[in-house]
Amino acid sequence: MNHDELERIAGAERTAAKPAEIRCCTSSGCRASGSADVLKQLKAAVQAKGLSDRVAAVGVGCPGLCSAGPVVSTHPGGAVFGKVTSGHADGIVSTLSGGSTDAVRIDPNQPFFAKQFRIVRATVGQIDPERIESYIAADGYAGLYQALQQRPDEIVANVTASGLRGRGGAGYPTGLKWATVAKMPPGQKYVICNGDEGDPGAFMDRSVMEDAPHQVLEGMAIAAYAVGANQGYVYVRAEYPLAIERLQAAIHQATKAGVLGGNIFQTPFEFKVEIRIGAGAFVCGEETALIASVQGLRGTPRPRPPYPAESGLWDRPTLINNVETFATIPAILRNGANWFAGIGTATSKGTKIFSLTGKVKNAGLVEVPMGTTLREVVEQLGGGTADGRAVKAVQTGGPSGGCIPADLLDTPIDYESLGRIGSIMGSGGMIVMDDTDRMPEVARFFMEFCADESCGKCVPCRVGTVQLHGLLTKLVEKRATRHDLDLLIELCHFVKDTSLCGLGQSAPNPVLSTLRYFAGEYEALLQPEEFARPPRRSAIPLTVL
Amino acid sequence: MAVVTLTIDDKPVSARAGDSVLAAAREAGIRIPTLCHLDGVSEAAACRLCLVQVEGRGRLQAACVTETAEGMIVRTQTDTLREYRRMILELLFTEGNHVCAVCVANGNCELQSLAAELGMDHVRYPYLNPARPVDVTHKQYAIDHNRCILCTRCVRTCDEIEGAHTWDVAGRGTLSHIVADMGQPWGESVTCTSCGKCVQACPTGALFRQGSTVAEMTKDREKLGDLVTARRDKKWTV
Repeated sequence: MNHDELERIAGAERTAAKPAEIRCCTSSGCRASGSADVLKQLKAAVQAKGLSDRVAAVGVGCPGLCSAGPVVSTHPGGAVFGKVTSGHADGIVSTLSGGSTDAVRIDPNQPFFAKQFRIVRATVGQIDPERIESYIAADGYAGLYQALQQRPDEIVANVTASGLRGRGGAGYPTGLKWATVAKMPPGQKYVICNGDEGDPGAFMDRSVMEDAPHQVLEGMAIAAYAVGANQGYVYVRAEYPLAIERLQAAIHQATKAGVLGGNIFQTPFEFKVEIRIGAGAFVCGEETALIASVQGLRGTPRPRPPYPAESGLWDRPTLINNVETFATIPAILRNGANWFAGIGTATSKGTKIFSLTGKVKNAGLVEVPMGTTLREVVEQLGGGTADGRAVKAVQTGGPSGGCIPADLLDTPIDYESLGRIGSIMGSGGMIVMDDTDRMPEVARFFMEFCADESCGKCVPCRVGTVQLHGLLTKLVEKRATRHDLDLLIELCHFVKDTSLCGLGQSAPNPVLSTLRYFAGEYEALLQPEEFARPPRRSAIPLTVL
Repeated sequence: MAVVTLTIDDKPVSARAGDSVLAAAREAGIRIPTLCHLDGVSEAAACRLCLVQVEGRGRLQAACVTETAEGMIVRTQTDTLREYRRMILELLFTEGNHVCAVCVANGNCELQSLAAELGMDHVRYPYLNPARPVDVTHKQYAIDHNRCILCTRCVRTCDEIEGAHTWDVAGRGTLSHIVADMGQPWGESVTCTSCGKCVQACPTGALFRQGSTVAEMTKDREKLGDLVTARRDKKWTV
């Protein structure tokens, strides 16, 4: 592969494109509501009408509006149809020649689409995720080519200058992480892509892996060149079979095309990628547990330092980034660090994908610039609640995050602002709750999740989460007293301060944040004490702030 | 060899570079309670009893895996730390079925003596009363899962000192448990060499020699550390 060949493939792909295209989402969300059948019928309808030379029915990635799936769009024209069944196929094909259909039309200019700013998902919904040519025609692998024209340290400097921060949740500066791995003495180094997305209600990374697998691989290859690695692993959870299938196909195609493997773009740079499949443990999203799992060991975290950047996979320096982080890299290389740094806020650059779920009207994936307010995302893009009830709270960051009350919805989305109000950016789950949701029950749900997913290594997380869940159950069932609430708060501080890894350290967050903003709901559930207790003396504060 | 000086509980202490805070404290006669630490095997940092406060670090640090550094200021006995240590023990007592009065290790149990030492005199959380089995299939030893606190000392001892790796952990969360080989009864394990090191390593009465009286349940833990030192330094006599 060389630059001319890349352009030749892109050119050939564009020339071969038919004047009109009918695009059908074939990702997990729409597939679950029958889009595979819809695509088959669309293809048959095109054939039957003898339009094969002018119209192509193609499968594309997720356009985002999952609640309206299966979603089909026609181009040119840009009409979008939702809740399509195979029976609508004929009608939709006929709209290209002035016909009509009874399929539900979706306004492509509504805020859900118009207010998005897409970097990571720029090509999603437009290209065929199963064909490398389709990705190359959309400037794919041009970022890798440009990277290979630079010195590795220039790329690290570029990524640092872009201000990109890790999209897995903690927001660690990506450039700094790359620089650390790059500065380790030369030798065997690894690049790992963390695709073990496990937060309830989060599916951003699944979509990126399913809809733009080559973009993830390109980002990884650029990273590998920058830090001096020659082997990469994509760690995907087993619950994402389509992502695994498409990544596998993408690795195969990319290797065949010479953008992975040996002598990439006719340079000495070599990079191979393999997939490792998780076995259903949330904790394996924690980097040291993930590394243990890749090595075939029990997926439990270990104390850091040493950080993986210094001693990771098989004790070698390892760069481990999230799917979305890697998928952002090609655009930064193509458009420059300054372009990226110009998007977002002072400390949080670029865009972030959120999976809007819960009681929201437009459930699905949205990509917005950092600094967008929660209100814009929930009310404008999300369209408020589905049945018009009042939004009560928004939960961000999954079981590690917090509940943000409606009166704080004007908070801009950036790492610091969300942290200040007791939540986190997290990986991008955003669950909208209305006034029928009871916060202590929400807290109990997340605590049950954490108790279930605790690996069992350290005492505070293994037993503490179970006791917390017990206390919350007692509370929800109206059997708890003031004394139990004190115990609950004390135990929350304890688990947060003493747990070994991020799972335990953040497990009390849903309780603490709901206690902070919805204390009244907890108080209302309390029962009177059966007998007087002596005032409690403890070094641990009984407040949640 | 480089040496660093640090302050632990207002006491100036010197340590070899690379030493853990726990090792430095012990050498200086400062006691930090531990359960999963065992001289001679790697650290798990799992029991969290040795958490200490290090000035300038936001989070509490496990002394067993925190390297000493020049000028470091460490506190091992704040009110919060003492409270947290008691809570760790409380949680351990609620998790298994620890009934000292009928336990073979009564009087020779690290969990029991730590509770006494740290003043954990009652448990405020409900007991979980899990249904856990006892495996007496081995001809010399037995494992009573009711008394296991999952410190994984046996796992590390078997793997690192005996080299057999008979023991490992299966399951997760509170369902975690110690298994022999692939989950066989201990007596059917093909890798177990019956060396008994795990029994010596166990801090509670979970692993014990069958037929011993309570008075005979003393365990010789120093032997494990001595064995490692002897192998490493080729020094077999004192």
